[in-house]
Amino acid sequence: MTETTQTQSTIPVRNQWWDVWDQFKTHRGAVIGGAFLIFITLFVLLGPYLWQVDAQKLDIRNKDLRPFYIGLFSDVKWSWSRPLGTDHLGRDIMANLIQGGQISMAVGWTAMILSLFLGTLIGVLAGFFKRLDGILMRFTDLVLSLPLLPILLVMMLLFRDPLRAAFGPETGIFILIVSGIGITSWMHTARIVRGDILAIKEREFVLAARSIGTPPRRMITRHLLPNVMSPIMVSATLGLASAIITESALSFLGLGFPSDFPTWGKILFDSVDRMAAFPERVIWPGLCISLTVLSVNYIGDGLRDALDPRIRGL
Amino acid sequence: MLTYTIRRLILAVPTLLFIALVIFLLLELAPGDPMAEMPLTIPPEVKEKMREALGLGQPWYVRFYLWLYQFFIVEPQYWIDGLFGTNFADGAQRIISFQSRSPVFNTIAERIPQTLWVVGMSYVVGVIIALPIGIISAVRQYSWFDNFGTFISMVGFSVPTFFTGVLLIVIFSVNLGWFPSIYDTTLKVNDWPSFVKQLKQMAMPVFVLALYNAAQISRFMRASMLDNLGQDYVRTARAKGMTEKVVVLKHVLRNSLIPVVTVIALGVPQVFGGAIITEQVFKVNGLGQLLIIAIHGNDVPMVLTLTFIFAVLIVVFNLIADILYGVLDPRIRYD
Repeated sequence: MTETTQTQSTIPVRNQWWDVWDQFKTHRGAVIGGAFLIFITLFVLLGPYLWQVDAQKLDIRNKDLRPFYIGLFSDVKWSWSRPLGTDHLGRDIMANLIQGGQISMAVGWTAMILSLFLGTLIGVLAGFFKRLDGILMRFTDLVLSLPLLPILLVMMLLFRDPLRAAFGPETGIFILIVSGIGITSWMHTARIVRGDILAIKEREFVLAARSIGTPPRRMITRHLLPNVMSPIMVSATLGLASAIITESALSFLGLGFPSDFPTWGKILFDSVDRMAAFPERVIWPGLCISLTVLSVNYIGDGLRDALDPRIRGL
Repeated sequence: MLTYTIRRLILAVPTLLFIALVIFLLLELAPGDPMAEMPLTIPPEVKEKMREALGLGQPWYVRFYLWLYQFFIVEPQYWIDGLFGTNFADGAQRIISFQSRSPVFNTIAERIPQTLWVVGMSYVVGVIIALPIGIISAVRQYSWFDNFGTFISMVGFSVPTFFTGVLLIVIFSVNLGWFPSIYDTTLKVNDWPSFVKQLKQMAMPVFVLALYNAAQISRFMRASMLDNLGQDYVRTARAKGMTEKVVVLKHVLRNSLIPVVTVIALGVPQVFGGAIITEQVFKVNGLGQLLIIAIHGNDVPMVLTLTFIFAVLIVVFNLIADILYGVLDPRIRYD
């Protein structure tokens, strides 16, 4: 007895998440993606403190300024005080990108968490309680066969005005977009979680837990959920990426946020009409969306490898 | 197999009815009134008559039944009449758009060719690009080609189509002037120059959608090839002294194509959905643009019919994918 305690104490206590981190570090794309995601998050969060220009301030005298990298090499109207230029109403593009990024990221994260919560809830219920399995999975199949983008567009149109009246223009649209994306994207998580729960439920440790009288609630939170964390985390990254894309697609189709309330997709949409003369106004928000989504997808790729115990430690 | 197909076909009916009901009830909540733009001088009782003429007087379940009847009975009758010159429909009421006051299906029939040309062509191009890339990536795993392919496909499905489209317009039509940025639907192809023009205006939308589709399909192809390359039968084939070409292209490829074919079938309806955005970018007046216009204009019958057609596509291609899987893979029998 004393011997075993001694040997145990000599092995450094090592959490399994350290192993995951070690494996994650070997995936170069994922590390670069993680670094970029941290950078862009800090950019939109700390940006307003470093770049104290009001995004909504109209400055007609300084309208249509070009960015500095064009101004330095050719003879156009530009200014160091507006490094990325201004739009047709003289609003600073850099400040708009920061403010739009805050909203785009906020929508992405909240919608992802909502869809993850719904997916995990339905997946766990269907996997754990046999009676609910049939009906919940039929329901998932039904939702999967709905044409989601058209329905999302219709929802935007229908509930925009009531929610605006109830919560104010900004919060109302935010709630609408987040819940719209959330309730149209939980199905894949639910299917994956259900499959894993079904497999884990047959394992011995679950039988042991049941035999000492663990109630179902504790069984789920203590034994099953920790074991399905890996697929949930991977689908979290996929969910974040697709939520950001869906939000900007809605804004791009003119059914997202109102135009005095910029998001990356909205800035892009507003600039499309004059993109021949001012391509930078389209390229910057587009780059922000694309690079964020790309980095999130790379993180997901790295996480999938890192969380797979068959690959880890090789 | 046949009983399975029949069972699935029968099961598809309640699914479609449920989907139709969900869409219908969602649109029932629509705040817009199709009579809103009528002049205020029209007396209220006349307005009430006009509402009834549009079929708005009855409770929702009656209208839902009528819509189903029109969609499944009346419209096919008109379609058959148009094809064979018969007279089954006998002047029955068709589904009428609130915006244009003309039958919804006439507008849809005008729009379908553009969507099919652009979207269908892009899917075909995407598949044709994706399959060889997936095969080479798997055979030369971790080579520079594989890494490059992985990167391109990551970019392909991370960059939203509205940004790739806009970027291509900026580069190729604004700066270089090679392709037109707006799709001209009135163009008639009857000689060589107009054919070249058609190709030119299709190039960019097709490329945007093809890149997006190829990114996903090439990943599936690669994963499926890698799964099969490690199997015992591949070792047997090599041990028998077959050349690598025969092993890869005959033995492995055929088996790897089974899941990929189903993925391709499953992707078709999503392509139609994704085309909504691409059509908006390049101003192609196809089904997607029609849907957006109808949504903005509160045109309930048009939105209902279009969304339901998208749903039918999803259900039908799900069915096709499942049946194909059973047909192609003799190990899978549903009965």
